[in-house]
Amino acid sequence: MLNNFVMPDLYPAAPELFLATMACVILLVDLFAGPARRWLTGSLTLLTLIGCAAVTFLTFDGTSSLTFANMFIDDPVADFLKFLVCIAVVVVLIYGRDYMAERNLDKGEYYLLVLFATLGMMVMISAYNFLTLYLGLEMMSLSLYAMVAIDRDSPRATEAAMKYFVLGALASGLLLYGMSMIYGATGTLELGLVAQALQDGVANRTIMVFGLVFLVAGIGFKLGVVPFHMWVPDVYHGAPTAVTLFISSAPKLAAFAMALRLLVSGLFGMADQWQTMLMIMAVLSIGIGNLAAIAQQNIKRMLAYSGISHMGFMLLALMSGVVGRETDPMALVNAYSSAMYYSVAYVIMSLGAFGMVLLLSRAGYEAENLEDFKGLNKRSPWFALMMMVIMLSMAGIPFFVGFFAKFTVLLAAVAAEHVVVAVIAVMFSLVGAYYYLRVVKLMYFDAPVDSAPIRASVDMKILLSANGLAVALLGLFPNTLMMLCTATLVRSL
Amino acid sequence: MNSSLLSLAIWVPIIGALPLLALGSERRELVRWLALAVAIAGFAVTLPLYLDFDRQFVGMQFVEMAPWIPRFNVQYFLGVDGISVLFILLNAFVTILVVLAGWEVIQEKVAQYMAAFLIMSGLMNGIFAALDAMLFYVFFEASLIPMYIIIGVWGGPSRVYAAFKFFLYTLLGSLLMLIALFYLFLQAGGSFNLLEWHQLRLTMTPQILIFVAFLIAFAVKVPMWPVHTWLPDAHVEAPTGGSVVLAAIMLKLGAYGFIRFSLPILPDASHYLAPMMIALSLIAVVYIGFVALVQADMKKLIAYSSISHMGFVTLGFFIFNQIGVEGALVQMISHGFVSAAMFLCVGVMYDRMHSRQIADYGGVVNKMPKFAAFFMLFAMANAGLPATSGFVGEFMVILGAVKHNFWVGFAAATTLILGAAYTLWMYKRVVFGAVGNDHVAELTDIGWREFLVLALLAAAVLAMGIYPFPFTDIMHASVDNLLKHVAMSKL
Repeated sequence: MLNNFVMPDLYPAAPELFLATMACVILLVDLFAGPARRWLTGSLTLLTLIGCAAVTFLTFDGTSSLTFANMFIDDPVADFLKFLVCIAVVVVLIYGRDYMAERNLDKGEYYLLVLFATLGMMVMISAYNFLTLYLGLEMMSLSLYAMVAIDRDSPRATEAAMKYFVLGALASGLLLYGMSMIYGATGTLELGLVAQALQDGVANRTIMVFGLVFLVAGIGFKLGVVPFHMWVPDVYHGAPTAVTLFISSAPKLAAFAMALRLLVSGLFGMADQWQTMLMIMAVLSIGIGNLAAIAQQNIKRMLAYSGISHMGFMLLALMSGVVGRETDPMALVNAYSSAMYYSVAYVIMSLGAFGMVLLLSRAGYEAENLEDFKGLNKRSPWFALMMMVIMLSMAGIPFFVGFFAKFTVLLAAVAAEHVVVAVIAVMFSLVGAYYYLRVVKLMYFDAPVDSAPIRASVDMKILLSANGLAVALLGLFPNTLMMLCTATLVRSL
Repeated sequence: MNSSLLSLAIWVPIIGALPLLALGSERRELVRWLALAVAIAGFAVTLPLYLDFDRQFVGMQFVEMAPWIPRFNVQYFLGVDGISVLFILLNAFVTILVVLAGWEVIQEKVAQYMAAFLIMSGLMNGIFAALDAMLFYVFFEASLIPMYIIIGVWGGPSRVYAAFKFFLYTLLGSLLMLIALFYLFLQAGGSFNLLEWHQLRLTMTPQILIFVAFLIAFAVKVPMWPVHTWLPDAHVEAPTGGSVVLAAIMLKLGAYGFIRFSLPILPDASHYLAPMMIALSLIAVVYIGFVALVQADMKKLIAYSSISHMGFVTLGFFIFNQIGVEGALVQMISHGFVSAAMFLCVGVMYDRMHSRQIADYGGVVNKMPKFAAFFMLFAMANAGLPATSGFVGEFMVILGAVKHNFWVGFAAATTLILGAAYTLWMYKRVVFGAVGNDHVAELTDIGWREFLVLALLAAAVLAMGIYPFPFTDIMHASVDNLLKHVAMSKL
């Protein structure tokens, strides 16, 4: 085997290396800074993430390169998603800062867990080998389990963390088992070689399908789609809202990347198999997610179910790449770029929605029931407008980004001749419109029950406004983001 | 011809609404005047559309084209023909009336109220001007948002129910339409251009399926029997301004959809399914006419009368002759004036009495003679009396229908009896007779602002009834062209 040490090319992994180094530095700084200078940890974390985004941006060259013995890939899709992950985490930290501080949860561990989870996501996004993927996934997941339980005294959070951990570990086990099957059939862990083996027809198809089922189950769990969705509402509900905000945003991008790498880069030769599986999961998610969301009184649970249905929509695009058994490059690009666009749009909307929940929460008070949004228009017309924009966008009403996300996905589905599935999907999004409109109704039609003024730091207010405006502006001018998704994907496929 | 008049017609009201929202609800008087100024400006920019319209030219005028979403070849493609230009004018005109009508009645959240109407006005101009199917669709759906807010915030006791019903009902239709639009996009080789779609060849099965998808979208909006049930709720609960816009403009969107989408894109399916469409239209005309007769609530009565009148419009479209289609279009414009006026009249009484029940009134003429005179005129127009605008459209459609088939024309003509019966009977019970009760005795006649609003509408109703030529003249070439498209098989 390898007889001599070869220094790997570190340049493609520059953002990860930067983040890992800084995380270790912050670990030490936090140790010596102590509780009195806690702000130092927080600020350094923010700067690190912004720096990481900058490094990702600066090292972007529009080409794909492999490193670490083909275990790690740095392609435009990876750079784009990593950049968005960093930005999303920055937003999460700013939205959640006051919330965590008021509950005395903004300890060093919180920031470090955020950093390590981010690192895990970035590794996941760049994985080109089953092992790298699994490493990144576990790094992210373990950090997230701990973050959910960060409020040690809350029984609800502990329960949620326990559920998340047990089910998450099970899913990781399934994923690993699937990977081992595929390894057994192809003799390699590298995604490119797996694809090659499939193309050459040397892999045992039965074992491959067997492994594929487990892989898809693992992906389904991480995305939180039916029938692997049970953890989503409980974890979203139980976790501190700032952590829910985190779980609902950046990891979705990483999970999308995981699905893209495994299914498209690795197992594309079995597209006809996994497309059917994804179709079942997509339809069930859109249906059950939207129906269950209606019954929720807690907005975190409602958004959890809504997230399930959104991920179902994302899968709808992911399964529309290959028509029949023909591979049409145009259809591929349309399908996968719209899945990516949908994920990005969802993250932007989800950040805004949970940001609003955080905005209304204050010391000793969790604004997590739908009732808490009553009469928001009286209390703050501006933020009521922003929330309305976000809710209508999630419902898929134009001119907001959520509409164009649904637009691209449905167009891809219709182009792939899945007209019936598309019709089912739009019918359930009609059901979905009901509960989003209910939030608008509470804000605009009802009188306020809580007249406390909305207090939040200026930077959060500005950022939240920018978030709401982004949802509106990306809807008025949707082309740029669509093109970015398409262009990066074309250069990576 | 290249101009930005249509863009102005869309964006002037929408952008003009933003400073209103920024002003907030403190400075009410300023907000009202500003809203009026924006509405008048919005009307002013649409005037050249009528004045400079080339009546001989077949095709789209004032065309604007710019890429909007090049990724999916969606264009910001605007243009009007002789059909749509009238609705843009009507819409801009009605917006002024709505601002005036809400002047004193609305005391809460004035800025948001005015802004919602202005934004809606801009969006609806967008629907009428869009020649790109996606652009049409986004305006079509976006216009639901302000209406939902208007009904829900300023509406009556069960406004929440009505607002949800309105929104979800209409969304149901438009979502199916979206899928049909995607199908057409793919068939057309990646284009949302409506004018190209008019030339697109399609076989019968897809034509029928797409027709049904469009039918659900537009039938809900028109509304046609049996998907009309949201309309009475929405009308009863909406504030007066909301009812006016709903009746005068929003209902026209569905009918407009038929002439812009269904007829020219799917001529064979249109012909094939015409008997069904005619049957549905006649049910609306006759059955809903009877339903209107028994209503105890004035707004509900006018709502049902609207459905019945819109049945005339769809009837006119699906008999495929020039006089029928033109009559239907005239009926649409006329109904825009008359229904707006009727709802405003009910609003005038409601503001004073806070009741819409016919039984609570009686002898209003004794206390409000000026108002009673206006109300009389509009009631007559609603009943289709000659020399009012209501007569022209109905008469033309009946003529066209008789040409098509005598019994269809006969059934349609019953509206002249039914319409007169429910409108005039209501008028008699509300206005004539001795003063009904103490509340009626305390009524005061209309003020100058109400007088102005009603007088403007009265002038329009009479002008259109006596000399409809300016309205029919402008649409002539376009209707001709439309019928040519419909007559050409695409199989």
